[in-house]
Amino acid sequence: MSIAEDVDDAPARDAGDQTQVGADRLDRSGARLSVRNLSTAFRVGDGIRRIVSGVSFDLLPGECVAIVGESGSGKSVTARSLVGLAGRNGIVEAEALEIHHENALAFTSRTWRRIRGRDIGFVLQDALVSLDPLRPVGKEIVEALRLHRWGDRASRQQRVQHLLERVGVPYPAVRARQRPDQLSGGLRQRALIASAIALDPDIVIADEPTTALDVTVQAQVLEQLRQMKQRGASVLLISHDLAVVAQLADHIVVMQGGRVVEQGPAAQVLGDPEEDYTRALIAAVPSEETRGKPLSPGGAALLAGAPEPDEDLQTVVLQADGLTKRFRTRDGSVTTAVDDVSFALHRGETLGIVGESGSGKSTTGRIALALERPDAGTVTLLGRQWTQVRERRRRAVRSRIAVVSQDPLSSFDPRWTVERILVDALPRRAFASGQRSGRIRELLDQVGLEHEVLRRFPLRLSGGQRQRVAIARALAQSPEIIVLDEAVSALDVTIQAQILDLLTALQRRLGLSYLFISHDLGVIAHLSHRVLVMKDGRVVEVGTPEQLFSAPAHDYTRRLIASIPAFDPESTA
Amino acid sequence: MTAIDARASGSDLRQALARLSRLPWGLYLAIAFAVLLLVAVVAPELLTVHSPTAVDYSAALKPPSFAHPFGTDESGRGLYTRVVWGARDSLTIGVGAALLGVAAALLLGSVAALAVKPAALVADRFIEILFTFPSLLLALLLIAIMGPSAGTEVLAVGIGTAPGYARMIRGQILGAKNAGYVEAATALGHSRWRIVRAHILPNALRPLVAVFALSIGQSIVWASSLSFLGLGVAPPASEWGALLDAGREYLVQAPWLVVIPGLVIVAVALSATTIGRHIQSRLEKGE
Repeated sequence: MSIAEDVDDAPARDAGDQTQVGADRLDRSGARLSVRNLSTAFRVGDGIRRIVSGVSFDLLPGECVAIVGESGSGKSVTARSLVGLAGRNGIVEAEALEIHHENALAFTSRTWRRIRGRDIGFVLQDALVSLDPLRPVGKEIVEALRLHRWGDRASRQQRVQHLLERVGVPYPAVRARQRPDQLSGGLRQRALIASAIALDPDIVIADEPTTALDVTVQAQVLEQLRQMKQRGASVLLISHDLAVVAQLADHIVVMQGGRVVEQGPAAQVLGDPEEDYTRALIAAVPSEETRGKPLSPGGAALLAGAPEPDEDLQTVVLQADGLTKRFRTRDGSVTTAVDDVSFALHRGETLGIVGESGSGKSTTGRIALALERPDAGTVTLLGRQWTQVRERRRRAVRSRIAVVSQDPLSSFDPRWTVERILVDALPRRAFASGQRSGRIRELLDQVGLEHEVLRRFPLRLSGGQRQRVAIARALAQSPEIIVLDEAVSALDVTIQAQILDLLTALQRRLGLSYLFISHDLGVIAHLSHRVLVMKDGRVVEVGTPEQLFSAPAHDYTRRLIASIPAFDPESTA
Repeated sequence: MTAIDARASGSDLRQALARLSRLPWGLYLAIAFAVLLLVAVVAPELLTVHSPTAVDYSAALKPPSFAHPFGTDESGRGLYTRVVWGARDSLTIGVGAALLGVAAALLLGSVAALAVKPAALVADRFIEILFTFPSLLLALLLIAIMGPSAGTEVLAVGIGTAPGYARMIRGQILGAKNAGYVEAATALGHSRWRIVRAHILPNALRPLVAVFALSIGQSIVWASSLSFLGLGVAPPASEWGALLDAGREYLVQAPWLVVIPGLVIVAVALSATTIGRHIQSRLEKGE
């Protein structure tokens, strides 16, 4: 999307109209970082676009303040503004911005460089792009120390070992000599944290530190942050994930569209929110308790028209037996991505497949779609051979099983409008050219999109709209089964809630069966009738969500459940 | 903040003009030059007053003057006139070779990327062999067999440039084959041929226009080198490489005979490349 268009879309905001949410707690002294009425704007072309306004809070010793918001809420821009990283085009203004009681608005870039690292540690979201790919992670930390003239060569080396140990990196001496690409995502993130806290800064700013990490790894990283807090550091946590925030935060700032919607003590904001937006945000979090209930404000109406049908879990629509798939890795060794996986999907049922990255869940989905040939085992679709026959024979049956993937944009031809994408997906024989436009409008209605999107290109649509188009395309052939591979994982929580509600309503109305693949146990528990837990290519446990949550039989399932940041507004400290 | 409102208003015409003015001036120059070349190819008499073959020994080897802006050659023919009249030969060879090269590349690249295993493998290896074979040697071989002529030159240059583009096209198609939308179409049950036609080729060949424009400049330089070596069009045709070759003998007395045709070749290559780059960057932005 072009910047110029953003400018045109942005409502011109009045600088004088600042909200003073939560101003009652602004008189606390002893804050390490204190900000009043922060606003950040960017020069775009010949205009100025205000991204953030009216942010005020204090960060006290040993306290965690969390800024929560969805994409575009301005939370990351806020974090960057606080450490002087708003960039060349950024204009940061505030009534007050004090770091250790010094006026940070007057800092020169030189002062900022001294402050960052020594007084403020900044942990970024993606460790892979934030770390130099050619430099061993130990060197990265040494560099941070050297820049601030910490110790001599020998003591810096010692310090690196100590730091890596402290953030829970096993074999620190070995790991320090490895490059980022030789480390797993979790180790990388921990190495990044180690370099951020190398000089024991008493303020740590973590911008989405656990996004893109598996839940068990996420739990470890959150534990690191908690320990830092216990040691007296002040943590500013930026996250879109309320469950993560609930783990750590003492004070929560909820942002939307560049403004503070609500702020206050964590227990109050999560347990007894005042604003509708906060309430919607909390209600949107899927979990085992939300099963069958609407997650989004519009969801109730959507589900009201579609009562839960008498479950017909007798007819098997998709049957997988002993699926095995091996891949040859680059060094010549063979890994078994899917190992003896069997399951049955019934009519009207959602079968959830949950697992962490590398568990083989996506490969299983691709085999079910016959996009990948299994090395052993068979899939039967509606009682007929599916994976064992030639593609030519499969084509006629392909309309019975559809797919919605995590990244809808890449699944659309970039040259095509939404209309062309949908027309292309219609079975040619079933619809004469005159009937097609009626059918695609019907599809749009089903997924809750305005007809106006037909003329647009997917690139110009929002994430939620794109996923709706992807669902409409999947519905175009009137399938009986839809394989949903991480279909809501990339969406903001309120958008995710809308899509989940839509999926539930569509399933009830059309009697669809879902093979729902996700890493997110909360989403899986919300939607699935039965769940398959996968690890290292094998199914370790099968059961209803109730069974899994109340009495997990397998060790790994227990670990997985324990790792989910428990989101229980009432019990937050 | 009010600047936003100011920007939103303003007529469409003004916006269009503003968009035009943002284009680099080099591009305008390149387009203007290309138009001039086109005129020279179609109707060279519009740009010249003298005949390209009118000999006037009294005016031999004169430096650039008002009557002969590029000077004259050993027979007193105006170099400017000869350059303009030579444009047709030079550009026909350049464009022809580029067409041949890109067409051959398209065929080889598509087969290598899309055909069934054995055919793809053969095409793939064939591209590799063409690659390893020195282009100049290949050109000499062709000329030795077929004799020097414009046709041979087109063939030699076309084949010489093909493997590079073939490999690029192959890569493009392989990339498009792995795209999410191809998988989505497969999952919809569309036939392989339908997917190739609707998705793979149109997406893979988007940069082809730009590649073609870039290739024209390269081919003209190539063809000129062959002519310069005496392996191309024979005199009295005033193809630019041949002009260079002829001027070489008078390098000391009349350096303009070499310098000016050389500059013209450079200008053609530059302008084709500039236009090609612009097309390419626009396509990549998805406009």
